[in-house]
Formats: sequence, structure tokens, C-alpha cells
Amino acid sequence: MAHYEYDLRGMICPMPVIRTQDRIAELLDGDALEVLCSDPGALHDIPAWCRIHGHSVTNAVHEPEGLIRIQVLVHKP
Amino acid sequence: MVTKRKAVALISGGLDSMLAVRMVQEQGIEVEGINFYTGFCVEGHTHAIRNHDKKKKKRNNALWVAEQLGIKLHIIDVIEEYKDIVINPKHGYGAHLNPCLDCKGFMVRKAEEWRITNNFDFIITGEVVGQRPMSQTAKRMPIVMRESGAGNRLVRPLCARKLEATLPELEGWLDRSKLGEISGRSRKEQIALTRQWGIKDYAQPAGGCCFLTNQQYAAKLQDLWTSRGTREYELDDIMLLKVGRHIRPNADFKLIVCRDDGENNFATGYKNRFISLYANSHEGPLALFDGQASTENLKLAARIVARYGKGKHASVVTVQVSEPRESEGQELNVTPLDTTEMPREWIL
Ligand code: SF4
Repeated sequence: MAHYEYDLRGMICPMPVIRTQDRIAELLDGDALEVLCSDPGALHDIPAWCRIHGHSVTNAVHEPEGLIRIQVLVHKP
Repeated sequence: MVTKRKAVALISGGLDSMLAVRMVQEQGIEVEGINFYTGFCVEGHTHAIRNHDKKKKKRNNALWVAEQLGIKLHIIDVIEEYKDIVINPKHGYGAHLNPCLDCKGFMVRKAEEWRITNNFDFIITGEVVGQRPMSQTAKRMPIVMRESGAGNRLVRPLCARKLEATLPELEGWLDRSKLGEISGRSRKEQIALTRQWGIKDYAQPAGGCCFLTNQQYAAKLQDLWTSRGTREYELDDIMLLKVGRHIRPNADFKLIVCRDDGENNFATGYKNRFISLYANSHEGPLALFDGQASTENLKLAARIVARYGKGKHASVVTVQVSEPRESEGQELNVTPLDTTEMPREWIL
């Protein structure tokens, strides 16, 4: 149950979703991934991607300076 | 026990692929979606760039459709591989720079690779025979089957009965009599299906699924290729074609003038790659300069930038010109360009 961070700032949607998806493919059940992004679209798209793949978003915040942090708890069968 | 058959669907985010999936789900097929990101897709970021689009839903329609259908969606980055399709399409371009037939063949080939790796049985798309002049004519649809390598494992549920039976139909995985026989550009039958299945919300893409079908976008891409003397491009290049007014006063340079705060913010990210200009003395847009920075060209660029700001009627506007990565730079005092001095042909 490791915790990872992934910096995707500067990328424009859907790239943050694609990178998050590919990173999660390498992780194990119970791992936590914190993604940092700058495109506000990610606040919508990453949680949507997580919902359809059965992972939980445990936190999603848009900080005042524009930084977006999304925490995902990975669920795998 | 009967094996549950699995299909991978090409999901664009539009109504047709949504209905195609729904049609095979009705027959008990398990479906997962695949969506290819070429860099030219209308989906995604573009909604986020411009202010005036703020009221529009910023969702990614492919993800949204997948969620409505209850299927998984895999988004695949094909930016690099897709370059060859745009630059050298074997079957040529459609009305603009859209290589639709090659593009379809490419996407179905990628889907076929995915199908084999993931052990799925067949591929479905939302294509409708006779709907698009270039790739969806009855004569051309078999080309995609052949060139993609998918052969008769490629099913177009919405118009299947207008086409030859495919493997899933011959094997009885799909009941052909329950597939569609839609053809042509009328959307009547699709709308009837939305009613039948209670689908109330769906995206209605205007024109094609990508910017290559857009006349202005294609003109800007063509200009990029001509001015550089090569058709090679990077993702940043094609992103910037979606932003701002592109003004080319001569063969030496082009200016990208932002149209609102959203674009200003977006273009700020490119200040480390381009010379940037903005008016100091008056409110106005940020502009990126792409080309040969001679004194004369920079002065003309500054006059254009001044023209698009609040100082357009002032006698003198001070324009800050910064080299890439430098926040400071030189200041130019210029007279804003008069409308009469700016021929229409300059605007790409
Ligand atoms: S409109 Fe664009 S994405 Fe759609 S088939 Fe044509 S080239 Fe491909």
C-alpha cells in the first residue's frame, strides 16, 4: 500500500487523464496516487475516469494558485 | 455455460457510437470503450481555453458517454503515430486536411491490436453507411476492414443490415435481425433510438470529430507547414493553432494574438518558447511572435498588438517585447495599426 505522487502540471486535458490511467495500470490494489495538475478540466475528467474504472477519489482540490491535487485510491480485483 | 462475448467499441463521444454500444449491449455483449487522442480531437482542453466557452459543459464527452453506458473507457495517446496519417495519407484528404479514410483505418487497426492483446472477440464503431462522404460510403467501408486487419470482426451495428454479415453475426454472437439498417445523413432513426432507450442527453458534434475538418484550422495548419517548409509538427504546434487570431503579415513571421483572458493564460505557458508582446500603456492581449525577429518585423508586430488593445485609437502605445524566458525586455513606442493598413489576407 504505497503512496505515489505524479506531477502532470503543464499538461492539457486529456493528457493528465491518459497519464493517470497509464500510471494506475502499474499500481497495486490499495495503493494511493496523488496527481498534481494545472488544467482545471482534470478536476472533472480524472474523477470521471476513476468512477468508470472503479477507483476512489479520496480528495480533489483546486488550490488558490491554480494547483489541482487529486488523490486516488486504487482498487484492483 | 455460454461464453459471454466481448466487444471493444471506438468511442468518440458522439451519439452514434453511444447508440452502437447500446445496441450490442442489448444483446448481452460485454463492451469496453477505446478512445484515441490524436492531438486534433475536439474533445478535451479546447473547452477550457476560451472564456466564452465557460457556460458550455466542460466534460470530456467520451468519458461521459462511457459512464452513461456503464462501460470502461481506455483513452490512448496516439499523437506520435498519428502524425504519419496526417502528413502522408494514402487515400488523400477530405474537404480540408482531414484524412478520414486513413484515419479510420488507423484507429480500427489500433483497436484490433488492443482486441488481440486483451482477448476481446470483435470491434464495433458507430459508423453509418452514407453518412460521411469520405470514409463511410458503402464502397469504402470494406477498405477499412481490409487495411486495418480487423476483417469481418469489425461490426457497425447501426447499419449492419445494410452490409455483409460479419463474423459475430455468422457465429450467432449477434442476432443480425436486431441490428440496425440506418443509412444516410438524416438523424431520424438515431433520434428514435434515443427515445426508445430513454437517452435524453448527448453531444451533437457539429461537422467532424476533429479540427482537421475545420476550414480555418486547416488553413492555419497549411500555413504552418508552408512557412516551415516541412510538414513535421509537435503537439504544442497544433495546440497553438486552436488559440488566438493568427496573423501573418509576411512570409517571415506570424503573430498569435489572444482573444480573451482564457487564451492569455494559456499562451503565457508558451512565453518560454516564443517572443511575447503586450501593451504596457494600455490594457490589451498577449501575443506570441513566431518567425524572424528583425527590427522591422517586431515593430510591425507591436503595432498589430497595439491595434487589438484598449489603446487602438491612441496616438502612441508602449508595447513590451520579451525574449523567450525573459520577463523584462525592450519597450517599443508605436502607433496602432489602422484597420485600413491590415489586409484581410493577413488573418489566417
Ligand atoms: S473527422 Fe478527424 S478524427 Fe474523424 S475520421 Fe476524419 S480525420 Fe479522423
